[in-house]
Amino acid sequence: MSLALWFVAGVLLVNLTLYALTGGADYGSGVWELFALGPRAGEQRELLTRAIGPVWEADHVWLILVVVILFNGFPPAFARIMTAMHVPVTLMLVGVVMRGSAFSFRSYGLCDDRARRRWGRIFAIASLITPLLLGVIIGAIASGRMPANPHRLSDFITPWMTPFCFGVGLFALAMFAYLAAVYAAAETADATLAADFRIRAIISSLIVGLIAGAVLLLSIRGAPLIWNGLTHRVWTWPIFWLTSAAALAALWALWTRRFALARICAAAQVALILWGWALAQYPYLLEPDLTIFNASAPPRTLAILASALAAGALILLPSYGYLLAVFKRRRRADAAVGLETQAPESVF
Amino acid sequence: MAMSLAFHIVFACVGIAMPLMMVVAEWRYLRTGDEVYLLLARRWSIGAAIMFAVGAVSGTVLSFELGLLWPNFMRWAGAIIGMPFSLEGFAFFTEAIFLGIYMYGWDRVSPRAHLAAGAIVAASGVISGIFVVIANSWMNTPVGFRLVNGRPEDINPIATLTNPAALHETVHMTIAAYCATGFVVAGIHAAMWLRDRDNLFHRRAIAIAFTVGAIAALLQPISGDASARAVARLQPIKIAAFEGLFQTGPHAPLAIGGIPDVKARRLRYAIELPSMLSIMTYHNPDAVMRGLDSFPENDWPSPLIAVHLAFQIMVGAGFAMAAVALWGIWLWLRRRGIFASIWFMRTLAISAPLGLVAVEAGWVVTEVGRQPWIIYGVMRTADAVTPMPGLGVTFTLYSLLYLFLGVTVAFLMWRQVIESPTSEEIEALLAVGG
Repeated sequence: MSLALWFVAGVLLVNLTLYALTGGADYGSGVWELFALGPRAGEQRELLTRAIGPVWEADHVWLILVVVILFNGFPPAFARIMTAMHVPVTLMLVGVVMRGSAFSFRSYGLCDDRARRRWGRIFAIASLITPLLLGVIIGAIASGRMPANPHRLSDFITPWMTPFCFGVGLFALAMFAYLAAVYAAAETADATLAADFRIRAIISSLIVGLIAGAVLLLSIRGAPLIWNGLTHRVWTWPIFWLTSAAALAALWALWTRRFALARICAAAQVALILWGWALAQYPYLLEPDLTIFNASAPPRTLAILASALAAGALILLPSYGYLLAVFKRRRRADAAVGLETQAPESVF
Repeated sequence: MAMSLAFHIVFACVGIAMPLMMVVAEWRYLRTGDEVYLLLARRWSIGAAIMFAVGAVSGTVLSFELGLLWPNFMRWAGAIIGMPFSLEGFAFFTEAIFLGIYMYGWDRVSPRAHLAAGAIVAASGVISGIFVVIANSWMNTPVGFRLVNGRPEDINPIATLTNPAALHETVHMTIAAYCATGFVVAGIHAAMWLRDRDNLFHRRAIAIAFTVGAIAALLQPISGDASARAVARLQPIKIAAFEGLFQTGPHAPLAIGGIPDVKARRLRYAIELPSMLSIMTYHNPDAVMRGLDSFPENDWPSPLIAVHLAFQIMVGAGFAMAAVALWGIWLWLRRRGIFASIWFMRTLAISAPLGLVAVEAGWVVTEVGRQPWIIYGVMRTADAVTPMPGLGVTFTLYSLLYLFLGVTVAFLMWRQVIESPTSEEIEALLAVGG
């Protein structure tokens, strides 16, 4: 049980969290584009597009890092997950490809309005389906019991074709939409738009709460390990109270229009949910036999990977901070002087 | 996977080289104040961004596909070759971050910071490409572990990064990326210029793109020669397959063209230059070259004809581009410049696809040339594949998806990047203040 192993496993979890908080919210923005309603639908879409334009590619790389760390640090677990999850992962990748390309085609393509709307539609639908499938895959990992030597077609279907997995899929979708609504409310300087997204954030917060309860009940049969971990361990209640406190604080902040605070609380809420899952599953990567100890790469690989991750973080974190500083922090100041982020196509 | 890679490699190449050209154009603008360069930088940055986005998503697909299609390979080798992929992840992240700043930050950061962001995009693109090729080179010359009962022991991931094939493969691929992109961009602009000869936009574009492509095209034969000699030393069966050389012996001939006949064990219809292969490989006509006959037949790359023909196409396209490059430099030295020669510009237009053809052929050479192994001499491809039934469905799905993306991207590149700017566009640009 080496320091390097803990570090690599920790970085994996932190990466997944950052992906949910940034890339996940980008999916959520796509969902709200699909459900842009009311007299200000056009403005809502524009706000969402501006918010994710400069950052979504960088946000997306968190997922690539998750995959790379998993197969470098825990090759047997990666191999088994990717074999058994062939079908949902393949479908999710189609979603990833369609969403990314549709977004960039729409942003950089000098297409006519009809073509832009069509790409927007593809982008929004892919943004809806991809997180659903991501959630299904996470649900299947939480359920464990993936066949070690799958060969029949059913071996590739049954591990994820369960109510629990689809519950987690919906849960992921709702969480991402919730995050996106909170972020959008916090980012716009326009009070009416902020009000639109405030309503959306409050409604989706309640939906997240409902689905969370349902998923917890489904886990009794769908993922007994998780159910047990969430209800019968030492840290069960602290995590539960912290998560609830963050959720309620976010709701209160939304209600009282403290959007910057709401953003922090909502992010904390989602991070705590992920960590609760990780703690409940610990030490298993895949129940019943693969743990972070017996499915990890040899110590030397882990040590070098850990140093590479640490060195990479030194380059990555300042750069990522710079990106967010350039495009997120100055928004309010810009709005004051009537400037907004210019999408490249507006130049021509 | 093959389909995804063949698709991804084009985007990766353009994604590596286009940022360099865009930075050069912006730098020229900052130096000269010539707004055509600014327009060019913006156009190319949009091209780079589309390529990057599609390259990023197709790269995501690849990182998952490693596990989806080759789970046994990943289980076996993940701990050994994960390292270059992890490092690539960081390089890629840096590229994504600074591309975001470059694309959306024209009026948000200072001109110098903006140019620096572009330079970081160009550099990190090259670095991430290098790491991916290092992983591939390890599959050709696996090192950094000891085989114990068919399992790897004493794994040393650092040794992976310095495997014997890493240097020549990465150099060859990086030059190829610049060469292919330089030629395709210069060639298409040359075709446009031929129809509209006063257009400064195409002139400037050709000047930058052809310079990049020509330098790469002249370096590439040197790198190719070094690669071939390294392959002869490290994987002699591969060079025998490239050349369609069946018999072991001294005075091995260099074959041009020809179709290898596996049953008769000879190369038919080829022009053979006597002793040249021995001379080129070992600088000695008496040097013995190992032919395919010195290896068991079930280790032969298959289909042999694909490897041999792809090698001929790659080398042929490479030399054709080097010739065009020399011609261009000769014209330039005579002070009248390349634009004075209509025939040169026509040739340049025709040679647009040569670089990409060479890249695809070169990919076939190295990948099919390694078959039947996925890890050369250690693991066979057939043992690495997923047990998932109905893989044909997955394959068809990805093929359709990529076909669709390829057509769309080609269309957008045409509209956004290559096409002559309209007068409104130039006015709009000047109005922004450039």
